[in-house]
Formats: sequence, structure tokens, C-alpha cells
Amino acid sequence: MENKKLNAAGAPLKIGVLALQGAFIEHCNMLRKLDVEPIEIRRRVDFSDNLDGLIIPGGESTVMAKLLYELELLNPIKDAIANGLPTFGTCAGLILLSRQIEGAGEGAFPVLDVVTRRNAYGRQLGSFKTTSQFHGIGEIEMVFIRAPYVSEVYGQARVLAVVNEKVVAVEQGKVIAVAFHPELTEDTRLHEYFVKMIVNCQL
Amino acid sequence: MFKKMNEQYGLNKNLAQMLKGGVIMDVTTPQQAKVAEAAGACAVMALERIPADIRAAGGVSRMSDPKMIREIQRAVTIPVMAKCRIGHIAEARILEAIEIDFIDESEVLSPADDIYHVDKTQFSVPFVCGAKDLGEALRRIAEGAAMIRTKGEPGTGDVVQAVRHMRQIMSEIRTLSAKSADELFEAAKQLAAPYDLVKQTAESGRLPVVNFAAGGVATPADAALMMLLGAEGVFVGSGIFKSGEPEKRAAAIVKAVTNFNDFKLLATLSEDLGEAMVGINEDEISLLMAERGK
Repeated sequence: MENKKLNAAGAPLKIGVLALQGAFIEHCNMLRKLDVEPIEIRRRVDFSDNLDGLIIPGGESTVMAKLLYELELLNPIKDAIANGLPTFGTCAGLILLSRQIEGAGEGAFPVLDVVTRRNAYGRQLGSFKTTSQFHGIGEIEMVFIRAPYVSEVYGQARVLAVVNEKVVAVEQGKVIAVAFHPELTEDTRLHEYFVKMIVNCQL
Repeated sequence: MFKKMNEQYGLNKNLAQMLKGGVIMDVTTPQQAKVAEAAGACAVMALERIPADIRAAGGVSRMSDPKMIREIQRAVTIPVMAKCRIGHIAEARILEAIEIDFIDESEVLSPADDIYHVDKTQFSVPFVCGAKDLGEALRRIAEGAAMIRTKGEPGTGDVVQAVRHMRQIMSEIRTLSAKSADELFEAAKQLAAPYDLVKQTAESGRLPVVNFAAGGVATPADAALMMLLGAEGVFVGSGIFKSGEPEKRAAAIVKAVTNFNDFKLLATLSEDLGEAMVGINEDEISLLMAERGK
């Protein structure tokens, strides 16, 4: 326990990982590398109000949106994010956090002032890997799998990364969302960035 | 954009990771594809006839009409998969040309080659292949498969073979992990699989790619059973659109895969699903599809 990262109350930091579908285990493994204990959120009972943060993983956003609703997780999580729960979304997570999805209304947790385009690079043959600058971190490896990008940024959202002239990472308040998959690489810096944000906003 | 083949293979394995914890459903029309997507499928398998009907019709079963596959691609936003015959390089290239998201080189169709599988390392699109045991799984991965599924016995509604194949693969992985480094050379020989993949499997305690269950899954309890045995997701073929209430059954199976450990929820999910597909027991069938391609 002494190695665990602590929150402001002196308890080990607890970060929930939405585990309905997709690559959630990869996020859990990243958190463990940072000495943070992940809590898998599969049911209503798994989502308590003592979480310090939440990760929404990659996967199929349509599947997650449906399961969030049917497993009665949608409103509690929506309220928690609106009330300032630090949240980190990757790929499908970015879609769910967008105020507007092209051709599909708003995301499940519409907190980011962005318009997001799903499958923006086409089918699997359009998936790619690149390295690019990430604001406040430097050059990082970015893996895009049938990825979305942000087609419009307005209001309070701040751009964190741009690839091929498209916005692929944004931050607004305590929410970070990226179109790519840091959890599929060996680089933990983006997860560290999120953990630091949690610790800083508890100070 | 130019990509090296090994980089594309990495991306293809990554796509399989995104499907984990999900259900891939067989569909034969754009309408069924929409039903599957609305029910929470993480991908659909586009084919002209579901395995139960292929089995009933007999005769040679081939790749589906690309026009029908394209219509399904237009109908949904989730990934679309389609099947080619084992060893049928041209069918695979045609599916690649229409930018399918995943090719299933499948024993459900009549094999085109009774010795060789497609050299999947030469393709940009990902492949999923069936396996009954660890050696077979690793041979398919060596050929370039980005995802593995159990063969099960398609179109029967009988889960016994999927269980047998999943137990076999998981048990062989556990045995492998207990071996010393020098024993792995002999293990590779016994498995008839490349040494580097055998070593990687032994060290990580898992297959080098994502491993789904397939073949004979008909109920939420069947899907949960496969997850309990170590599957990372489930293919459901005939089980959904051969049942009384496809929408309800499909949605229940999706939830069962996410919460395979919550038996109270599974009890609720199993209620009032209408009639399940009738099914055939394995000893009542003459054609064992799982024996196609080794």
C-alpha cells in the first residue's frame, strides 16, 4: 500500500475504468504501472461517488452508449462528470464526451465543446500510427484505430494535439479526450498527465 | 498513406483489441445489420446464409455477393466482417478490395484448398481464423491472423465443441507457461508451431492475439460460459436470427458478455427470450465443419 499514489484525503487514488466493452484492460494495466489501482465499472454498483477519476476506453461507442443506458450507468456518470469528476476519454471515449457527433446528435456525456466525426479516417485500412507533439508533454506515439477526429472546437475546449491538420486531443476543465490510443503503446506519459491533473485539482 | 506490412499487422491486432468484451453477430441483410447494431453488436459478419441454413442446404458454400456486403457496410457504422473460403486467395483479395474491416477465413464455407491456408501476411486487412487447439491457433497467427476464434460447431446451437476448443487452448497455454526455457523447443515441435510464438505465449500466458469464442452459442448463459472459460468476446451466428425474438436475444447476449460474472443479472437476462434456435446435437450431424483446415 505504501507505494500507492494517494489522493487529497490520504487514501490510495481510485480511478474507475469503464469496462462495458473495448480495450479497458489495457487502461487498467497503464494505471497499475503508475501505482494507481483501477476499478472496473461494469454495473451500477461499481460506480461509487468516492472515485478520484474516470477513464472511458476505446471500443465501439454505439455499444458503450447502449450499455450505459441499459445498465443504468448513464445518468450517475453524466452527473458526476458534470460535477467535476476528472475524466479521460480515448477514441470512443472522445465520441461519448462530445457535445456534438456529426450526424448523430450529442454524446452520452456531452461536456466538451467540440464537434466530433466518427470513423473519420475511413475503415480499418485507414487506421495508422504516427508521432506528434502533445501540448505539455512533447512528442508521443499515437495509434489511430478506425478513429474519430475533432472537426470543430468552440467555447471552452482547448486543443492539445493536431495531426495532419486535424484536432486529435482536447481538454476542457477536468476532462481530457484524445482520438488515439495511448493505452496501446508502452508510453505512460499521457496517463501520468491525467493522474497529475487529478492530484493537482484536489490540492 | 504508405504503411509497412508489419505496422499494418500491429494496427490489425489493435482493432481486435477494440472488439474485446463485445459480441459479433452474423447478419444476412442490411435490416438485420441495423438490428444487430441497435442491440449492441461490436461488429457484424455479413454473409448470405447463416451457418444453420448452410448446413441445411448442403452443397458448396462460397464467399457472399460483394454487393450485399457493401449494402451492409453502408447500413452500419460498426466494423463489418465477411467470410472467405479456407485457402481462397482470390476471395480474400476481393474482400480486401471492398475494404472489409476483417476477413474470416472460415471453415463454415467449403474449403477451397485442402492443404494451404491463405498467406495472410501478404494482406493489409486483418484476418480472424478458427482454431481447435493451441497448435492450430499459433499456425494461423504465423500465417498472419490478427485474431483467433474457437471453431465450435457452427449452425448447431450446441455449445459443446466451442467449450472443448476453448478449454483445450487455455489448458495448453497453462501447460506451456509452466515449462522451462529449454522445454519450449520440444513444445514447439509437438505443437507444430513456430518457436518464437510458442515462447511468446509461454511468457505472457495468453495467445499473442485476441481470442474469441464461436460456434454454437445460442443463449446469454452460453455466452457467459465462454467468457468464464477465458474468451475475450463472442461470435453469435445462427443463435440470434434463428430464434423467436432476435432483438431481445441479441441485446441480452451483449449484456451477458459484459457482466458474465453477475449471475443475478444473467438470470434476469435469460427470462422471456422467446424460443431459442432448435439446434442439433453434435452426434446428430454428419458434417463436422471444425474438421476443415488444420
